[in-house]
Amino acid sequence: MQPFLYRRADDPMALVQILAREESAAGPPTSADTQFIAGGTTIFDLMKLDVMRPKALVDINGVRGLDRIEQSENDVRLGALARMADVAAHPLITSRYPVIAESLALAANPQLRNMATLAGNVLQRTRCTYFRDVSWAACNKRNPGSGCAALGGFNRPHAVLGVSPSCIATYPGDFAQALIALDAVVETWRAGRTRAIAFADLHRLPGDRPDIETILGSDEMILGFRVPAAEWTRRSRFVKVRDRESFEFALASAAVALDVGPEGLVRQARIALGGVATVPWRARDAEALLAGQPVTMETAERAAEAAFAAAQPQKDNAFKILLGRRTLVRALLETSSLEI
Amino acid sequence: MPPDFSRRAFLGASASGMALTLASAPLAQEVDKGDRPADLTTLVVNGQSYALAVEPRVTLLDALRERIGLTGAKKGCDHGQCGACTVLVDGRRVLSCLTLAAMAAGRAVTTVEGLASRDGRLHPMQQAFIDCDAFQCGYCTPGQILSAIGCVEEGHAGADADIRESMSGNLCRCAAYPNIVAAIRQARSEMRRA
Repeated sequence: MQPFLYRRADDPMALVQILAREESAAGPPTSADTQFIAGGTTIFDLMKLDVMRPKALVDINGVRGLDRIEQSENDVRLGALARMADVAAHPLITSRYPVIAESLALAANPQLRNMATLAGNVLQRTRCTYFRDVSWAACNKRNPGSGCAALGGFNRPHAVLGVSPSCIATYPGDFAQALIALDAVVETWRAGRTRAIAFADLHRLPGDRPDIETILGSDEMILGFRVPAAEWTRRSRFVKVRDRESFEFALASAAVALDVGPEGLVRQARIALGGVATVPWRARDAEALLAGQPVTMETAERAAEAAFAAAQPQKDNAFKILLGRRTLVRALLETSSLEI
Repeated sequence: MPPDFSRRAFLGASASGMALTLASAPLAQEVDKGDRPADLTTLVVNGQSYALAVEPRVTLLDALRERIGLTGAKKGCDHGQCGACTVLVDGRRVLSCLTLAAMAAGRAVTTVEGLASRDGRLHPMQQAFIDCDAFQCGYCTPGQILSAIGCVEEGHAGADADIRESMSGNLCRCAAYPNIVAAIRQARSEMRRA
């Protein structure tokens, strides 16, 4: 690990003072010389691997008020520095937004969930082994223009949706699927100004620049996430399928939220897929097929087929199409039969 | 009143912050100069204060083991995947290999060396690990014990399945898992009585 400077920004003013001195970076935020650190579970790990080589870390843990969970009439606001464990166990979240609580509780392990923040979780980097191991020269995400070792290599864990000829790395998180399904909004702060971004717009498809993962600027900080209160948030569920029972990334996951009318017909469906795509993935075609229908094995299978219609498998990961479809079918059936 | 990150207070502070003219160089240039004095960090471990001059990249785990001499917390994978380095910080179980020493400054760190009472009586979880034969080689045990205490205090020591899920961050290559679950079952009631 290369040497770096460590500074604490205990209040917004200190943060402004530190960031005002940083030159605007030419490359993407992930390669900027100065990085934020909060939980540290992603960035410090990647620094030990020499995948990320910042020259300065700005510790934002002391910034007050960013760890709150606040309910208003129209939404719930989840602070950027709230810890995964605290949000997963929060009574408001477990009762009104179970898909959020489950997505967090099924991720990582208790120690990591005690450390990791919501904003860091959303921005965590891919687990592609060719990205994480710098002895592989070819990685367009780590080393733009160098190629992709995964395309011709071992690509069982890789994505089948949203892939490009430059990158097939899977977006690793779970929480992001809950956020994109529930139409969350990201609030950010940059140079003294706040802006609100639809969560669905936060991550960029890899295209020919997989090194640029989000639309955030290198001096832009996430303040929190606003999740609208809606009819479908209570009837929601996160299903995660993985190689081992716990402490593992998803091979396939589905975040589902349903608004079901008294006749058992779906008024609104919200569906997102994880473990199978390069970015948090909203399955709108599947949602449209379920509108006005009861959730049965047949309608769920039709929706799941639509969700993976555009899938592009590699040599080792074609199994993810069937696994992903079955994961979504299970999530839809379980969500529709929830007693709320 | 300290600055607060409510929306209004934050925007106000930001606006005044932006008005300042800043003369010093960017952080990245400072590090390139090469003469980096180690930062003075005060760690509070098992109730005792230690003033250490450490480089920013020193982890809490290395500070405990190499600087303070508390070698209970183990360096297994050094990437947050094995749990052998688990300690409590302000009562919460965390991974000391992914925590910068500087980030733990002033917070209460508890390692396995700080669990027994002054008269030498073991913590109920330590005693339970002995009683239930919950280890073989012992390398992962300090991390297991700290994590098991977290498991009980977080309220996850109910059904065996909950215990196993809650202990998923601690690997044991001798596979003493069934006895670790038994030890947690034994200690949970004693911890509640204490």
